[in-house]
Amino acid sequence: MKVSYFPGCTLKTKAKVLDEYARKCAEVLGVTLEEIDNWQCCGGVFTTANDEIATKLSSVRALKHANDKGQPLVSVCSACHNVLKQTNNAMQTDDGFNFRVNQYIAPDKYNGETEVIHYLELLRDKIGYEKVKEKVVNSLAGKKIAPYYGCLLLRPGKVMAMDDVENPTIMEDLIRAIGGEPVSYAFRNECCGGYITLESKELAKAKSKRVSDNAKLNGAEVIVTACPLCKYNLEKNGSDLPVVYITELLAEAFGIKE
Amino acid sequence: MENSKNVCDEIVRISKVNPRKCMKCGKCSGTCPAYDEMEYHPHQFVYMVETGDIEPLLKSKSIYRCLSCFACIDRCPRGVEPAKLVEAVRLMVVRQQGNNHLKPDDIPELLDEDLPQQAIVSAFRKYTK
Ligand code: SF4
Ligand code: SF4
Ligand code: SF4
Ligand code: SF4
Repeated sequence: MKVSYFPGCTLKTKAKVLDEYARKCAEVLGVTLEEIDNWQCCGGVFTTANDEIATKLSSVRALKHANDKGQPLVSVCSACHNVLKQTNNAMQTDDGFNFRVNQYIAPDKYNGETEVIHYLELLRDKIGYEKVKEKVVNSLAGKKIAPYYGCLLLRPGKVMAMDDVENPTIMEDLIRAIGGEPVSYAFRNECCGGYITLESKELAKAKSKRVSDNAKLNGAEVIVTACPLCKYNLEKNGSDLPVVYITELLAEAFGIKE
Repeated sequence: MENSKNVCDEIVRISKVNPRKCMKCGKCSGTCPAYDEMEYHPHQFVYMVETGDIEPLLKSKSIYRCLSCFACIDRCPRGVEPAKLVEAVRLMVVRQQGNNHLKPDDIPELLDEDLPQQAIVSAFRKYTK
């Protein structure tokens, strides 16, 4: 199977392992992530104002590119996925926005046809966790892992539609499939502070510590995330619990981690 | 004030939020992770836009404290979506000439070697035009 892939700017720089292991693990499972040509940064956050057009065009171009190839569009960074999916939703549901975007991209046309999925959904829905389980050579042997969803994977729930927005299981089920033990704790879907680390260190620290302290209190040995900014905040602004990417854990279980 | 009315109309237009749907339960503010650092809380944004009391919001640091976590969007029982109002109020400010809240010159001082590009990109998207 081949899918279109939007890596995003951070996966080309600070979060190279997130990208590298996403590709390698997909190959183990028989899926090729085809990086789309000439993609541009999505902007990191979706601007909800419906008169913001130009800031969303890079996402529209990526979406359209996938549509031209008849492939779903996959990303790993929670933020990229959120921006792409919310932009796609706006193309489907907001006629005024759709009209103005189509004026920009004419003579091309795009109406939100692309299926936008996160890497976790690729694993769960297109490949299946049973198949993931079959490829495990290095079971994580009961390692206590705290899944961290943060905000952007799940919300707004109506648009992202990945899982139950207050009681998700997509990460827990993956952790179980590769032999780990998911830790349940209170703040898995509460914000780490995000970009506020540039505006108010104290606020970022308060939010990140709340998450990592609680994971630790509940017995976690490690926190797992899909988002480079969550990782940064939890490591830099949180407590001393290690934080790894979801694709690193997977690579470890598949025996391909260097 | 005439200008306040225009600004409020514009905020409602670009956010597509209807503040009159709010039943003032306070759940949005109860769940807001930035609550402690906000002078005006999400439910107050809703009320102040509804009543046209917009000047204090335009001047408040609260507009730069929202984390865009969308918690208030998902947890409002009336589907008001307060985060969209916070965003629209901030846009009313940063869209004015010379009102960028973050300047490229500020960046070198804020950098550390682990900071992901995503943080900078996101902050610029939120704080500048
Ligand atoms: S979310 Fe980030 S990492 Fe992803 S492209 Fe956009 S800014 Fe870059
Ligand atoms: S703050 Fe963290 S949890 Fe919230 S959206 Fe962002 S990076 Fe993600
Ligand atoms: S989106 Fe902003 S206002 Fe709403 S809960 Fe999150 S931080 Fe608070
Ligand atoms: S949660 Fe919704 S209804 Fe309740 S105060 Fe906030 S905006 Fe109003």
